[in-house]
Amino acid sequence: MGFKKKQSREMPEMNTSSLPDLIFTILFFFMMVTTMREVTLKVKFTVPQGTELEKLEHKSAVSFIYVGPPTDEYRGKYGGGTRIQLNDRYAEPPQVKDFIAQEREGMADQSKQTISIKADQKTQMGYITDIKEWLRKSYALKISYSASHRGK
Amino acid sequence: MAKKKKKMPGLNTSSTADISFMLLIFFLITTSMDTDTGLIRRLPPPPDKNQEQAQIDVKERNILNIQVNAAGRARANREEIEINYNTLTAPALKEIAKRFILNEANDPNLPELQTVQTDNMKKVGMPPMNITVNHVISVQTDRGTPYWVYFLVQNELVAAYNELRDDFSKKNFKCEYQYLTEDQKAAVRDVLPQKISEAEPKDYRKN
Repeated sequence: MGFKKKQSREMPEMNTSSLPDLIFTILFFFMMVTTMREVTLKVKFTVPQGTELEKLEHKSAVSFIYVGPPTDEYRGKYGGGTRIQLNDRYAEPPQVKDFIAQEREGMADQSKQTISIKADQKTQMGYITDIKEWLRKSYALKISYSASHRGK
Repeated sequence: MAKKKKKMPGLNTSSTADISFMLLIFFLITTSMDTDTGLIRRLPPPPDKNQEQAQIDVKERNILNIQVNAAGRARANREEIEINYNTLTAPALKEIAKRFILNEANDPNLPELQTVQTDNMKKVGMPPMNITVNHVISVQTDRGTPYWVYFLVQNELVAAYNELRDDFSKKNFKCEYQYLTEDQKAAVRDVLPQKISEAEPKDYRKN
Protein backbone atom coordinates (compact mmCIF):
# COMPACT_ATOMS: atom_id res chain seq x y z
CA MET A 1 0.00 0.00 0.00
CA GLY A 2 2.79 2.33 0.86
CA PHE A 3 4.22 1.95 -2.62
CA LYS A 4 1.01 2.92 -4.33
CA LYS A 5 1.03 6.26 -2.61
CA LYS A 6 4.40 7.12 -4.16
CA GLN A 7 3.11 6.58 -7.67
CA SER A 8 0.38 9.15 -7.35
CA ARG A 9 2.81 11.89 -6.31
CA GLU A 10 3.81 12.97 -9.82
CA MET A 11 5.27 16.39 -10.51
CA PRO A 12 2.67 18.56 -12.24
CA GLU A 13 3.94 19.60 -15.65
CA MET A 14 4.98 23.20 -15.98
CA ASN A 15 2.97 25.28 -18.37
CA THR A 16 5.39 26.41 -21.05
CA SER A 17 2.91 27.98 -23.41
CA SER A 18 4.19 31.51 -22.67
CA LEU A 19 7.80 30.57 -23.27
CA PRO A 20 7.76 31.43 -26.99
CA ASP A 21 6.32 34.85 -26.16
CA LEU A 22 9.08 35.49 -23.70
CA ILE A 23 11.75 34.44 -26.11
CA PHE A 24 10.16 36.51 -28.85
CA THR A 25 10.33 39.59 -26.65
CA ILE A 26 14.03 39.13 -26.07
CA LEU A 27 14.48 38.36 -29.74
CA PHE A 28 12.81 41.61 -30.78
CA PHE A 29 15.00 43.53 -28.37
CA PHE A 30 18.14 42.15 -29.95
CA MET A 31 16.79 42.68 -33.44
CA MET A 32 16.30 46.35 -32.60
CA VAL A 33 19.70 47.01 -31.14
CA THR A 34 21.70 44.92 -33.53
CA THR A 35 23.91 46.45 -36.16
CA MET A 36 25.74 44.10 -38.37
CA ARG A 37 29.22 44.98 -39.33
CA GLU A 38 29.30 44.35 -43.00
CA VAL A 39 32.98 44.84 -43.57
CA THR A 40 35.93 42.83 -42.45
CA LEU A 41 38.65 45.06 -41.15
CA LYS A 42 41.79 45.08 -43.19
CA VAL A 43 43.52 47.78 -41.19
CA LYS A 44 44.57 47.88 -37.58
CA PHE A 45 43.71 50.93 -35.60
CA THR A 46 43.59 52.21 -32.06
CA VAL A 47 41.41 55.30 -31.97
CA PRO A 48 42.62 58.25 -29.89
CA GLN A 49 41.16 58.92 -26.47
CA GLY A 50 39.14 61.96 -25.53
CA THR A 51 36.96 63.38 -22.81
CA GLU A 52 34.50 65.54 -24.72
CA LEU A 53 32.99 62.91 -26.98
CA GLU A 54 29.48 62.78 -28.30
CA LYS A 55 27.45 59.73 -29.20
CA LEU A 56 26.72 59.20 -32.86
CA GLU A 57 23.02 59.08 -33.46
CA HIS A 58 21.10 57.76 -36.47
CA LYS A 59 23.17 54.64 -36.80
CA SER A 60 21.83 53.81 -40.23
CA ALA A 61 23.13 57.11 -41.58
CA VAL A 62 26.71 56.55 -40.47
CA SER A 63 29.41 55.45 -42.88
CA PHE A 64 32.86 54.47 -41.76
CA ILE A 65 36.27 55.23 -43.12
CA TYR A 66 39.07 53.23 -41.59
CA VAL A 67 42.64 54.43 -41.61
CA GLY A 68 45.65 52.56 -40.31
CA PRO A 69 48.40 50.09 -41.16
CA PRO A 70 47.34 46.78 -42.79
CA THR A 71 46.53 43.87 -40.50
CA ASP A 72 49.16 41.15 -40.14
CA GLU A 73 47.45 39.10 -42.84
CA TYR A 74 48.03 41.76 -45.49
CA ARG A 75 51.25 43.16 -44.13
CA GLY A 76 53.43 41.02 -46.34
CA LYS A 77 51.61 42.09 -49.49
CA TYR A 78 51.03 45.76 -48.77
CA GLY A 79 53.77 46.68 -46.32
CA GLY A 80 53.38 48.57 -43.09
CA GLY A 81 52.39 51.98 -44.42
CA THR A 82 49.11 53.69 -43.64
CA ARG A 83 46.18 52.56 -45.78
CA ILE A 84 42.63 53.79 -46.14
CA GLN A 85 39.86 51.21 -46.13
CA LEU A 86 36.52 51.88 -47.76
CA ASN A 87 34.03 49.02 -47.64
CA ASP A 88 36.03 45.87 -48.13
CA ARG A 89 39.10 47.10 -49.89
CA TYR A 90 42.00 49.49 -49.67
CA ALA A 91 41.46 52.76 -51.45
CA GLU A 92 43.07 56.04 -52.35
CA PRO A 93 41.62 59.37 -51.14
CA PRO A 94 39.90 60.26 -54.48
CA GLN A 95 37.81 57.09 -54.21
CA VAL A 96 36.12 58.61 -51.18
CA LYS A 97 33.84 60.46 -53.57
CA ASP A 98 32.47 57.29 -55.14
CA PHE A 99 32.19 55.71 -51.74
CA ILE A 100 30.05 58.56 -50.43
CA ALA A 101 27.79 58.48 -53.48
CA GLN A 102 27.37 54.75 -53.08
CA GLU A 103 26.59 55.01 -49.38
CA ARG A 104 24.08 57.74 -50.02
CA GLU A 105 22.08 55.67 -52.45
CA GLY A 106 20.47 53.39 -49.93
CA MET A 107 20.04 56.03 -47.30
CA ALA A 108 16.60 57.17 -46.20
CA ASP A 109 17.59 60.57 -44.86
CA GLN A 110 20.66 61.82 -46.65
CA SER A 111 20.84 65.05 -44.69
CA LYS A 112 21.75 63.08 -41.60
CA GLN A 113 24.64 61.34 -43.28
CA THR A 114 27.62 61.24 -40.96
CA ILE A 115 31.07 59.99 -41.76
CA SER A 116 32.91 58.45 -38.89
CA ILE A 117 36.66 58.51 -39.40
CA LYS A 118 38.15 55.65 -37.49
CA ALA A 119 41.82 56.39 -37.74
CA ASP A 120 44.77 54.98 -35.89
CA GLN A 121 46.16 57.52 -33.47
CA LYS A 122 49.63 57.33 -35.01
CA THR A 123 48.38 58.22 -38.49
CA GLN A 124 49.95 61.26 -40.07
CA MET A 125 47.56 64.15 -40.59
CA GLY A 126 48.25 64.19 -44.33
CA TYR A 127 45.96 61.20 -44.86
CA ILE A 128 43.22 62.72 -42.73
CA THR A 129 43.49 66.05 -44.53
CA ASP A 130 43.20 64.35 -47.92
CA ILE A 131 40.13 62.44 -46.80
CA LYS A 132 38.58 65.61 -45.42
CA GLU A 133 39.19 67.43 -48.69
CA TRP A 134 37.43 64.71 -50.66
CA LEU A 135 34.59 64.60 -48.18
CA ARG A 136 34.10 68.31 -48.70
CA LYS A 137 34.11 67.83 -52.46
CA SER A 138 31.40 65.19 -52.11
CA TYR A 139 29.37 67.38 -49.76
CA ALA A 140 29.58 64.91 -46.91
CA LEU A 141 30.16 67.62 -44.37
CA LYS A 142 29.20 66.05 -41.09
CA ILE A 143 32.10 64.06 -39.79
CA SER A 144 33.13 62.50 -36.55
CA TYR A 145 36.63 61.78 -35.37
CA SER A 146 35.98 58.45 -33.74
CA ALA A 147 37.53 58.05 -30.32
CA SER A 148 37.17 56.18 -27.06
CA HIS A 149 36.41 57.60 -23.65
CA ARG A 150 39.08 58.47 -21.16
CA GLY A 151 38.48 59.41 -17.56
CA LYS A 152 38.91 63.09 -16.76
CA MET B 1 -26.87 18.50 -38.68
CA ALA B 2 -24.30 19.85 -41.03
CA LYS B 3 -23.79 22.72 -38.63
CA LYS B 4 -22.38 20.44 -36.04
CA LYS B 5 -19.19 22.11 -34.93
CA LYS B 6 -16.08 20.58 -36.36
CA LYS B 7 -13.29 21.35 -33.97
CA MET B 8 -10.19 22.71 -35.66
CA PRO B 9 -7.23 20.65 -34.66
CA GLY B 10 -4.88 22.85 -32.63
CA LEU B 11 -1.62 23.78 -34.27
CA ASN B 12 1.28 22.20 -32.54
CA THR B 13 3.35 25.15 -31.37
CA SER B 14 5.82 23.34 -29.21
CA SER B 15 8.64 24.05 -31.66
CA THR B 16 8.07 27.84 -31.77
CA ALA B 17 10.24 28.22 -28.72
CA ASP B 18 13.07 26.34 -30.40
CA ILE B 19 12.82 28.38 -33.56
CA SER B 20 12.78 31.68 -31.74
CA PHE B 21 15.65 30.49 -29.56
CA MET B 22 17.72 29.92 -32.65
CA LEU B 23 16.93 33.38 -33.97
CA LEU B 24 17.67 34.84 -30.57
CA ILE B 25 21.06 33.18 -30.44
CA PHE B 26 21.86 34.43 -33.93
CA PHE B 27 21.10 38.02 -32.98
CA LEU B 28 22.90 37.63 -29.68
CA ILE B 29 26.04 36.69 -31.54
CA THR B 30 25.86 39.30 -34.28
CA THR B 31 24.88 42.15 -32.03
CA SER B 32 27.36 44.79 -31.07
CA MET B 33 26.13 47.13 -28.42
CA ASP B 34 29.00 49.57 -28.52
CA THR B 35 27.82 52.91 -29.83
CA ASP B 36 30.37 54.85 -31.75
CA THR B 37 31.56 57.99 -30.03
CA GLY B 38 33.70 60.79 -31.32
CA LEU B 39 34.19 64.50 -31.82
CA ILE B 40 31.56 65.64 -34.25
CA ARG B 41 32.57 68.36 -36.69
CA ARG B 42 31.01 70.11 -39.64
CA LEU B 43 33.25 70.73 -42.60
CA PRO B 44 32.86 73.88 -44.67
CA PRO B 45 31.36 73.32 -48.13
CA PRO B 46 33.87 73.20 -50.96
CA PRO B 47 34.99 76.59 -52.26
CA ASP B 48 32.85 77.95 -55.05
CA LYS B 49 34.75 78.07 -58.31
CA ASN B 50 33.63 81.62 -59.04
CA GLN B 51 34.31 82.89 -55.59
CA GLU B 52 37.55 81.11 -55.06
CA GLN B 53 39.46 84.33 -54.68
CA ALA B 54 36.93 85.95 -52.41
CA GLN B 55 38.34 85.27 -48.99
CA ILE B 56 36.26 86.13 -46.00
CA ASP B 57 38.08 88.93 -44.34
CA VAL B 58 38.67 88.08 -40.73
CA LYS B 59 40.44 90.60 -38.58
CA GLU B 60 43.63 89.33 -37.10
CA ARG B 61 42.49 89.90 -33.56
CA ASN B 62 39.56 87.55 -34.15
CA ILE B 63 41.69 84.55 -35.05
CA LEU B 64 43.35 82.17 -32.68
CA ASN B 65 45.80 80.37 -34.84
CA ILE B 66 46.88 77.03 -33.50
CA GLN B 67 49.61 75.29 -35.38
CA VAL B 68 50.74 71.77 -34.75
CA ASN B 69 53.97 70.74 -36.42
CA ALA B 70 55.26 67.34 -37.49
CA ALA B 71 57.06 66.85 -34.19
CA GLY B 72 53.76 67.20 -32.36
CA ARG B 73 54.57 70.63 -30.91
CA ALA B 74 51.75 73.11 -30.73
CA ARG B 75 51.80 76.89 -30.94
CA ALA B 76 48.94 79.29 -30.38
CA ASN B 77 49.46 82.64 -32.09
CA ARG B 78 53.20 81.92 -32.21
CA GLU B 79 53.34 81.11 -28.53
CA GLU B 80 54.66 77.66 -27.69
CA ILE B 81 52.17 75.52 -25.77
CA GLU B 82 53.11 72.79 -23.41
CA ILE B 83 51.40 69.47 -23.94
CA ASN B 84 51.37 66.93 -21.17
CA TYR B 85 52.08 63.68 -23.00
CA ASN B 86 51.31 61.49 -19.99
CA THR B 87 47.82 62.71 -19.24
CA LEU B 88 47.21 63.68 -22.88
CA THR B 89 46.07 67.15 -21.94
CA ALA B 90 47.17 70.70 -22.64
CA PRO B 91 45.82 72.85 -19.79
CA ALA B 92 47.69 75.89 -21.11
CA LEU B 93 45.91 75.63 -24.43
CA LYS B 94 42.54 75.34 -22.74
CA GLU B 95 43.22 78.49 -20.73
CA ILE B 96 44.33 80.42 -23.79
CA ALA B 97 41.23 79.32 -25.66
CA LYS B 98 38.92 80.27 -22.80
CA ARG B 99 40.49 83.69 -22.43
CA PHE B 100 40.29 84.17 -26.18
CA ILE B 101 36.62 83.20 -26.46
CA LEU B 102 35.46 85.37 -23.57
CA ASN B 103 37.73 88.41 -23.77
CA GLU B 104 36.30 89.63 -20.49
CA ALA B 105 38.68 92.57 -20.14
CA ASN B 106 37.97 93.81 -23.68
CA ASP B 107 41.64 93.44 -24.59
CA PRO B 108 42.31 95.01 -28.02
CA ASN B 109 44.42 91.97 -28.96
CA LEU B 110 41.59 89.55 -28.28
CA PRO B 111 38.43 89.23 -30.42
CA GLU B 112 36.13 92.21 -30.57
CA LEU B 113 32.99 92.23 -28.48
CA GLN B 114 29.58 92.95 -29.90
CA THR B 115 26.37 93.47 -28.01
CA VAL B 116 24.00 90.82 -29.22
CA GLN B 117 20.56 89.52 -28.32
CA THR B 118 19.36 86.68 -30.52
CA ASP B 119 15.82 85.33 -30.68
CA ASN B 120 16.85 82.31 -28.68
CA MET B 121 18.17 84.58 -25.95
CA LYS B 122 14.97 86.67 -25.91
CA LYS B 123 12.93 83.50 -25.54
CA VAL B 124 14.52 82.64 -22.23
CA GLY B 125 14.64 86.26 -21.10
CA MET B 126 18.33 86.94 -21.39
CA PRO B 127 19.45 90.55 -21.69
CA PRO B 128 21.72 91.63 -24.58
CA MET B 129 25.27 90.54 -23.96
CA ASN B 130 28.78 91.30 -25.07
CA ILE B 131 29.90 88.37 -27.14
CA THR B 132 32.93 87.74 -29.30
CA VAL B 133 30.69 86.90 -32.23
CA ASN B 134 33.33 86.80 -34.90
CA HIS B 135 36.02 84.81 -33.19
CA VAL B 136 37.49 81.84 -35.01
CA ILE B 137 39.82 79.19 -33.70
CA SER B 138 41.75 77.66 -36.51
CA VAL B 139 43.81 74.51 -36.17
CA GLN B 140 46.49 74.08 -38.77
CA THR B 141 48.55 70.99 -39.18
CA ASP B 142 51.47 69.77 -41.13
CA ARG B 143 51.13 66.66 -43.28
CA GLY B 144 53.36 64.85 -40.82
CA THR B 145 51.52 65.84 -37.65
CA PRO B 146 50.50 62.78 -35.67
CA TYR B 147 46.73 62.36 -35.62
CA TRP B 148 46.58 61.91 -31.86
CA VAL B 149 48.16 65.31 -31.20
CA TYR B 150 45.66 66.94 -33.54
CA PHE B 151 42.89 65.08 -31.76
CA LEU B 152 44.24 66.12 -28.37
CA VAL B 153 44.19 69.77 -29.46
CA GLN B 154 40.64 69.45 -30.80
CA ASN B 155 39.56 67.76 -27.59
CA GLU B 156 41.03 70.54 -25.47
CA LEU B 157 39.26 73.18 -27.53
CA VAL B 158 35.91 71.45 -27.15
CA ALA B 159 36.66 71.10 -23.44
CA ALA B 160 37.26 74.86 -23.26
CA TYR B 161 33.88 75.57 -24.87
CA ASN B 162 32.11 73.02 -22.67
CA GLU B 163 33.60 74.49 -19.50
CA LEU B 164 32.61 77.99 -20.52
CA ARG B 165 29.10 76.85 -21.29
CA ASP B 166 28.90 75.10 -17.94
CA ASP B 167 30.15 78.19 -16.11
CA PHE B 168 27.73 80.39 -17.96
CA SER B 169 24.80 78.05 -17.32
CA LYS B 170 25.61 77.87 -13.62
CA LYS B 171 25.74 81.63 -13.39
CA ASN B 172 22.50 82.23 -15.28
CA PHE B 173 20.39 79.13 -14.74
CA LYS B 174 21.96 77.68 -11.60
CA CYS B 175 22.67 74.30 -13.16
CA GLU B 176 25.05 72.68 -15.59
CA TYR B 177 24.61 72.92 -19.34
CA GLN B 178 23.52 69.32 -19.80
CA TYR B 179 20.53 69.77 -17.47
CA LEU B 180 19.13 72.83 -19.25
CA THR B 181 16.01 72.76 -21.37
CA GLU B 182 16.42 72.75 -25.14
CA ASP B 183 15.51 76.46 -25.36
CA GLN B 184 18.04 77.38 -22.73
CA LYS B 185 20.68 75.26 -24.43
CA ALA B 186 20.04 77.04 -27.71
CA ALA B 187 20.45 80.40 -25.97
CA VAL B 188 23.72 79.34 -24.35
CA ARG B 189 24.95 78.09 -27.69
CA ASP B 190 24.18 81.52 -29.14
CA VAL B 191 26.19 83.20 -26.41
CA LEU B 192 29.09 80.77 -26.74
CA PRO B 193 29.05 79.49 -30.30
CA GLN B 194 31.59 76.81 -31.08
CA LYS B 195 33.73 78.13 -33.86
CA ILE B 196 36.54 75.79 -34.64
CA SER B 197 37.59 76.13 -38.24
CA GLU B 198 38.55 73.07 -40.20
CA ALA B 199 41.26 75.01 -41.94
CA GLU B 200 41.98 74.33 -45.56
CA PRO B 201 45.30 72.66 -46.06
CA LYS B 202 46.48 75.16 -48.64
CA ASP B 203 46.47 77.83 -45.97
CA TYR B 204 49.19 76.31 -43.89
CA ARG B 205 51.53 75.62 -46.75
CA LYS B 206 51.70 79.32 -47.43
CA ASN B 207 52.76 80.14 -43.91
